[in-house]
Amino acid sequence: MVDLSTRIGSLTLANPVMPASGTFGPELAKVFDLDALGALVTKSVTPEFRAGNPLPRLCETEAGVLNSIGIPGKGLDHFIEHAMPEWRRFRAPLVVSYSAPTVASFAEGAARLAATPGVAAIEANISCPNLEEDGRAFAMHPEPAAAATAAMRRVVGRAPLWVKLSPNTGDIAAVARAVEDAGADALVVANTILGLAIDIETARPKLGSGMGGFSGPAFKPIALRLVWQVAQAVRIPVIGVGGIATAEDAVEFLMAGATAVQVGTATFVSPTAMLGVVDGLRGFCARKGLARVADLTGAALPTGLPRAAE
Amino acid sequence: MHLRPNIRAMDLGPAAMVAERSLKVIESAPVGRRYHRLLLEAPDLSARSRPGQFFHLLCRDGAGNGPYLRRPMSIWRCGAGEPLGFLFHVKGKGTAALARLRAGEALSVVGPLGQGFALDPAWRRILILARGVGLATLAPLTGAAAAMGIAADAVLSARDPADLMAEEFAGVSGASVTAVFDADGSSEVARVEALLRARFAAARPDAVFTCGSNRLFLLLQRLSAEFGIPGQVALEQQMGCGLGMCFCCVRQIRDASGAVVNLRVCAEGPVFDLQAALAW
Repeated sequence: MVDLSTRIGSLTLANPVMPASGTFGPELAKVFDLDALGALVTKSVTPEFRAGNPLPRLCETEAGVLNSIGIPGKGLDHFIEHAMPEWRRFRAPLVVSYSAPTVASFAEGAARLAATPGVAAIEANISCPNLEEDGRAFAMHPEPAAAATAAMRRVVGRAPLWVKLSPNTGDIAAVARAVEDAGADALVVANTILGLAIDIETARPKLGSGMGGFSGPAFKPIALRLVWQVAQAVRIPVIGVGGIATAEDAVEFLMAGATAVQVGTATFVSPTAMLGVVDGLRGFCARKGLARVADLTGAALPTGLPRAAE
Repeated sequence: MHLRPNIRAMDLGPAAMVAERSLKVIESAPVGRRYHRLLLEAPDLSARSRPGQFFHLLCRDGAGNGPYLRRPMSIWRCGAGEPLGFLFHVKGKGTAALARLRAGEALSVVGPLGQGFALDPAWRRILILARGVGLATLAPLTGAAAAMGIAADAVLSARDPADLMAEEFAGVSGASVTAVFDADGSSEVARVEALLRARFAAARPDAVFTCGSNRLFLLLQRLSAEFGIPGQVALEQQMGCGLGMCFCCVRQIRDASGAVVNLRVCAEGPVFDLQAALAW
């Protein structure tokens, strides 16, 4: 019997598999029992209503997807009042992704979410590349990333605070250390990487808003490298995300230092992909004679270096 | 290029409202010059599918070649004792891969998905206006209407007689079909309008339905508003997840208060109220 449970700070998950924000919703409960997942992660909630970006919002490549959805949503008030009751139907811990345009509104929203029953953790989306300012985000540099994190930590007390980092930065280890020092409980590595596709018939970008975030299998080696770098730079747990579709993919991320993984774009191709990852992790551990999936974390890291989640 | 053949699909059986399942192809055949039909063995899925709903198809041929993302495909044939059928225009990488599937091979489907057409048992007669392969979406409506004792009157618009697929549309439903063509100019909007006005005057339908053409949608929206006839339109849109999670497939729809909102074609649609939908 393999122990699939994993700990992210003070939070214990039944297994290390959860959805990536933006690729998941309660709609997936029509396909399978969502309580089979280690955690549930919402689409990013924003302080106010957002209509979202112009169409087309999605474009596929050979082995991945570019998206520029623009975080459409009805805002934080609506989320707490109308979406939370629906989320509370599930037993799996709920992670609410939150994104905001200023340090102050990051803090304001995080405080309200921390005080909302049923919110197990906040995942601060400081890295979404689709907002205004040509994709620039808090997560591009250590100082603004730390400022947003510190502002949230000051107001959420001991509530679990995860921060999702961006690959669109020159030195992710520096951003990771700054965010750790500012009080994050865990790092989610990583958001989509900025990309572009052009329709050569019309000489226009294929996405309505130009650039987009790239995800899917082709992004996996980059995300894995980011997890590897971050896991060696910090002592808090790292949650790996980027191109994971199978248990074998997930094992790579765990071995690179992740304590848990998120599955995103693969759910579009196979809505039950996350179940396959959970099952496959159990099978892999059994085959390798491992009693605990947590033993995989950091297994491939150079010896002598600090490992995340220890 | 082989794409992720090792993703493990879990078949959760009939208990799941939306199934992800590998189905056996029982027939794969070209229809006319540009279209193709696929029939799949799926007794329970076909029985609980409704006209206007769709499936999200993993468009990989027998060798595993095809685009990365699934493609939404409206249901052409469904019902108890019926195979699950799709009729489509072969025009891109996805539909080309589907057309290469052969009987005996497998196709991964997710569905049934979305909100289908609504039929009111009090209705006596409906009118269907379809353009091109839009008729595939509306075809199962003729059988459903017939089963409820509702007469279906159809106007089908196509390039030319070879493209019409009248048999694929009406099957054995008994729907009466009037064809209009680009080849002889009878499909021009003004001439279709005259045809519909005559039809509304002679045998006023209780409801109208359309799919497949922006121009015909606008025409039917205008005429049905003028005549006070309710209607429904099936919209198409590029999709990501097909389940309502990614918000990529939105269309502009007028809500009850008259405000224009973005609604998901996969979740709130693909069938919308004819007057609420905006042109695309």
